[in-house]
Amino acid sequence: MTAPTDYLLQLADTALVLAQRNAEWCGHGPVLEEDVAMANLALDLIGQARLLYQHAATCIGGAASEDSLAYFRDAAEYRCLTLVELPNHGPRSGGAFSQPDYATTIVRNFFHAALMVTLWTELQQSSDAQLAGIAARARKEACYHLHHCGDWLVRFGDGTEESHARAQAAVDHLLPYTEEFWVPSPAELAAVSNGSAPHPATLRAAWDGDVNATLTAATLRRPVQRGYVSQGKFGLHSEHLSYLLAEMQCVARAHPEGVW
Amino acid sequence: MDTLIARVQRALEQLTDPEIPVLSLRELGVLREVRAGTDGLEIVLTPTYSGCPAMDQIEQDVRAKLCELGVAARITRQLVPAWSSDWLGAEARRKLSAAGIAPPQAPAANATLRFVAPGASPPSCPRCGSTRTVQTAAFGSTACKALYKCLACGEPFDYFKPY
Repeated sequence: MTAPTDYLLQLADTALVLAQRNAEWCGHGPVLEEDVAMANLALDLIGQARLLYQHAATCIGGAASEDSLAYFRDAAEYRCLTLVELPNHGPRSGGAFSQPDYATTIVRNFFHAALMVTLWTELQQSSDAQLAGIAARARKEACYHLHHCGDWLVRFGDGTEESHARAQAAVDHLLPYTEEFWVPSPAELAAVSNGSAPHPATLRAAWDGDVNATLTAATLRRPVQRGYVSQGKFGLHSEHLSYLLAEMQCVARAHPEGVW
Repeated sequence: MDTLIARVQRALEQLTDPEIPVLSLRELGVLREVRAGTDGLEIVLTPTYSGCPAMDQIEQDVRAKLCELGVAARITRQLVPAWSSDWLGAEARRKLSAAGIAPPQAPAANATLRFVAPGASPPSCPRCGSTRTVQTAAFGSTACKALYKCLACGEPFDYFKPY
């Protein structure tokens, strides 16, 4: 039983957009090792996105390809989580053109990896054999990402006054966006009903466990979550996604079907 | 068909990984099988990391080798079972070590832990054999490696990650 195409796109878009954000650090990392690390995280995510887009393109058929899905869909057609499209700058730094903040990047990747470790683990049992295969490999990569980001989160939180304050600000800023993880999109409900994916709400206990344990080790406080629930996976995005896509898609659109 | 399969197998076993040329594709676990498919010969490859940029090169190398043999075959990328560093056998591990790359500490396949304490099982230094080694970077020159340093002899080295 193949997963609904929109579900595959939701997973693929989330991986690709986070990869694009992480890749913004390439050549700008706070230290060389982290520059390499963030590029590697991006590489794993792009690899996962490609496998998912290829699978989706096969399901769609016709002229659909991984490139047509990644480069020729607009922001309103993207189904990524809002969390992954937000800029790398910190909540305390003003506008979108401010200096990027590594604590924000680490917290975002930590929240995302904690979700994906649990989700990929469940998707190994998907009724969609191809998706189950992608999940088996991606799960290992997500574990490594979770470990790496969790490690940094503890160092930041339990580090200096400045690193603690920035990590706490990033947690306060980004945690509300994780509410979106648990509210099922139509694609997720369709995937649940054909046995190709778990209901997202069932992943929450494991995610809370990982996140709470790490925040405690990092001496960080978990803020109370209330209020607006973002809806990226419903196709309603923040203002930031269009700018990101414009940069990512402009070459492919200027030279459609170009090869080199 | 059987002799053809054996001939292709022998030829493909000469191919090495573009990023770790001391290992053949067979030893790395990427070349899984040469078999009779529904419409002719089929070569089964399993990618290592999802985003490993060497995979396209590997597929091209396989195509070139098939072309050289004058054999038509279909290349299938098989994701299940997922590639694991556990597939590296004793000979592959010895070759890695001889090339200055610490082989993965087993086991990876059963690693259900979400968090592995850093330094829980440090790799041995490929130069002096000491286990007094420390990670200098979680990510290295390729998707499959991390960077380590030996505290005994000072050697910096690549570690093939157990995943």
